[in-house]
Amino acid sequence: MNQLGFPILTILVALPLLAGIVCLFTNAATARRIALAATLADLALGIILWLNYDIGGAQWQFVESVPLFGRFAWALGIDGIALLLIVLSVFLMPICILASWDAIEKRVPEYMAAFLLMESLMLGVFAAQDLFLFYLFFEAGLIPMYLIIGIWGGANRIYASYKFFLYTLLGSVLMLIAMLWMAREAGTTDIPTLMAYDFPVSAQTWLFLAFFASFAVKMPMWPVHTWLPDAHVQAPTAGSVILAGVLLKMGGYGFIRFSLPMFPEASAEMMWLVFGLSMVAVVYTSLVALVQNDMKKLIAYSSVAHMAFVTIGLFAFNRQGIEGAMMVMLAHGLVSGALFLCVGVVYDRMHTREIDRYGGLSNNMPKYALLFMFFTMASVGLPGTANFVGEFLALVGAYDANSWVAAVATTGIILGAAYMLYLYRRIAFGEARTAEAARMIDLSPRELVCLVPIALATLWMGIYPESFLAPMRQDVGALLARIERARPAGDAQLAMGKTTTILTPAAHAGAH
Amino acid sequence: MGESLFFTLPEIILSVSGLLLLLAGAWGGDSHTGRISLVSALALIVAAFVAVDPATHGSAFHGLYTSDAFSAFAKVLIYGAAAVAIIVAPRFFAREASLRAEYPVLILFSAVGMGMMVSAVDLLTLYVGLELQSLAAYVLASFMRRDLRSAEAGLKYFVLGALASGILLYGISLLYGFTGTTLFSGIATAARDGISTGELFGLVFVLAGLAFKISAVPFHMWTPDVYEGAPTPVTAFFASAPKVAAMGLLVRVSVEALGPASLSWQQIVIFSALASTILGGVAAIGQTNIKRLLAYSSINNVGFALFGLAAGNAEGVAATMSYMAVYIVMTLGSFLCVLQMRDADGQPVETIASLSGLSRTRPALAAAFAVFMFSLAGIPPLFGFWPKFLVFDALVGVGMWPLAMIGIATSVIGAYYYLKIVKTIYFDEPAPAFAPAESQIERGLIAISALAVSPLGYLGIPFLAATSAAAAKALF
Repeated sequence: MNQLGFPILTILVALPLLAGIVCLFTNAATARRIALAATLADLALGIILWLNYDIGGAQWQFVESVPLFGRFAWALGIDGIALLLIVLSVFLMPICILASWDAIEKRVPEYMAAFLLMESLMLGVFAAQDLFLFYLFFEAGLIPMYLIIGIWGGANRIYASYKFFLYTLLGSVLMLIAMLWMAREAGTTDIPTLMAYDFPVSAQTWLFLAFFASFAVKMPMWPVHTWLPDAHVQAPTAGSVILAGVLLKMGGYGFIRFSLPMFPEASAEMMWLVFGLSMVAVVYTSLVALVQNDMKKLIAYSSVAHMAFVTIGLFAFNRQGIEGAMMVMLAHGLVSGALFLCVGVVYDRMHTREIDRYGGLSNNMPKYALLFMFFTMASVGLPGTANFVGEFLALVGAYDANSWVAAVATTGIILGAAYMLYLYRRIAFGEARTAEAARMIDLSPRELVCLVPIALATLWMGIYPESFLAPMRQDVGALLARIERARPAGDAQLAMGKTTTILTPAAHAGAH
Repeated sequence: MGESLFFTLPEIILSVSGLLLLLAGAWGGDSHTGRISLVSALALIVAAFVAVDPATHGSAFHGLYTSDAFSAFAKVLIYGAAAVAIIVAPRFFAREASLRAEYPVLILFSAVGMGMMVSAVDLLTLYVGLELQSLAAYVLASFMRRDLRSAEAGLKYFVLGALASGILLYGISLLYGFTGTTLFSGIATAARDGISTGELFGLVFVLAGLAFKISAVPFHMWTPDVYEGAPTPVTAFFASAPKVAAMGLLVRVSVEALGPASLSWQQIVIFSALASTILGGVAAIGQTNIKRLLAYSSINNVGFALFGLAAGNAEGVAATMSYMAVYIVMTLGSFLCVLQMRDADGQPVETIASLSGLSRTRPALAAAFAVFMFSLAGIPPLFGFWPKFLVFDALVGVGMWPLAMIGIATSVIGAYYYLKIVKTIYFDEPAPAFAPAESQIERGLIAISALAVSPLGYLGIPFLAATSAAAAKALF
């Protein structure tokens, strides 16, 4: 079994699912309470998981495996990377339920059931240790999200839900064929074994591209990001939080879990594809964000830009890059989720996302303005917040790999500051542009309960990132050892000859 | 002789009960239809149990007929689907005032024909079985005599079906002429040293005739019209049992008779499979009638099942048969849901628009419908994903991964129109509510099939894998 003596991961995955089924048979008020209770219970389990995770112990912990399905197994287990993403998911879920408490009025039991199902599937993705089990969870998430966008979304929800579904489906099916090939080639569907299997270099390129099709859409990378602004804008607030907070992370997680360790040579070969797309994304989507007049759309485009830091960091092939990418993912999950909640707060009051209808909110909503300011700064990457740690590390890693990439990516931080501060000025400062905006009341206790924990977590991650870096250090090390043989030479050392001590992993580990 | 009769026990049970029930219907009149239906369904269930009993497995009538694990697998599916088609019919026809005792009897005779099809190891047995099935089916299609569309469906089915039979028969005569035998084993022996042009022609014609029966592109055009016009229980029957029988027959002919010429038919199967998945997906998008849409859906699904055969090995055949097994559960479930679509006066409605907002008027039915649609689209975690997984796995296993890539990409086209149904059910404003469900049996059947294709179905993988592998092994 595992160090706890009970199958905690199975319970973690199954609990929301069962609660979701129960929700379907109750009324609105009960469904809300059941959903909150279930997500809080899952949060408690997630904390137990984190506390009991043995840093520096076995690579795969809490492992369970039952050969339930003949061709593949119910195999769960986590490493530090999966642990952090699971903790992020269970942390955001109760907040999502609270954010939907009053905002969702129609078909509440079904809504709660869809959200709980979503939670089960997300946790399953991060915990799965079997190739096909992973695929099942990965794909299945489309169904509840499709329903959430389509039923409880905005005016143009139908188009957005189709686009979301079909885009991601087309990406994923190609990955399935690659998985079938890999399972035959390696003779196993066990992910840890596959991570150590050396696929023929000639096949790696194809396999990489098939996985890339899936993860690039999920991430999303330019130019297949166009589903994201539509989905974000149309989804209900909590749906956007989950999309930005967790679903996008599945793409990054996929790169870490599959693309890099399983196809190191192809990853090195395709490095420039990833860098090229990411550089375009950072600059282009930041510029697009600058001219948005819809708050949610602006934040959605900023997500694309932030996720480009993740891909740049991952394909830098060094410790700073990969750890930075993980930190950006976690930080972005918190901060963009919080920003969507902030949009949701004013949307619930005014029912518009148009930036021009607001203004001067710092006068009548001081608490809101303060928290919104905090998250704006975090999104910009102010030191002391989580994003700074992640983006800094990712850029250091990118600089080690290629200084041009780092230079282009850094403009994203400047542009990020531009569009976020511009957004904040238009919303919070100046005079209220409409009478309704001036009349809006400040945050309710429920909204504070949603936002304050995220702010605290962001600060924690920004001030003492070691709590989050420590669990993944050993796993990033294992990943680096795996991809070392394919690592392309970076350009940062060219002029310096051998005096590259400051960036070597050993020196870095000491610096913490 | 006695042994031969014993091996054909399922067919004998069905034939005898069919004849007796026909007499009962003739003397008792249409008022006994309910009881006759019940007995027919029981006969089918008994025949299914007999068919799976290994004691009844063997070769009969000097190699004209065989009963093995493959035929048993197919027969269970066929008889099960036929039984469902019988059980749901009386209520439907009673509303239309065209309830007749012949309906269950015709299905029984059709089932006998289908049983012969999957057990045929001789071209003549094949043909007799096929015609027995088809003749019963033509009558069933036009069963509602006073309904213009039903009569049209029957006529269309008959004319095109006769044409296909002619093509098939021509192919059979060519194969016989060039190999000198009608036995599958004999044809395989003759084809071992390469096939002549004449045999190739025969092969193409036989495959064309069979492609008509499974409604694979380019012989699919009758399907939407017949499915739309035929009474809904009959459509449910057409979409399930005969598909399995014809697919079983196609697999057996391809493997047992034409196995040595596999390179010749593989190309045909690949073309037909790809064309079916693409056309079935694209043409369904514009449909407004749910039965027409499901007709295109069946074309689409048959295409996927053919991918398994295209792999040309035991694994591929097992995948194809698993596909058919899951497919008939999904299809029967969908048609059972269509049967529930009646307006406040009890008249059947078939427009997709009438499903609008079903999730609010009939949440359980809506959920079942959505499960079937997502499952037909092959979206995990629903069980409809699994057979797609198997056929593409078989393709990858023989190195045909580029075909698998193209094939699975076409499934995204299909996903669009299934999503459209789910959208209509869940996202749109409610249309006038349907009449409440009357039949507990239909509800029960919908629930069972929805559960079978829900994620719970994955627990059945080991069983499905073992039985389909045994079935495929019987052919190789």
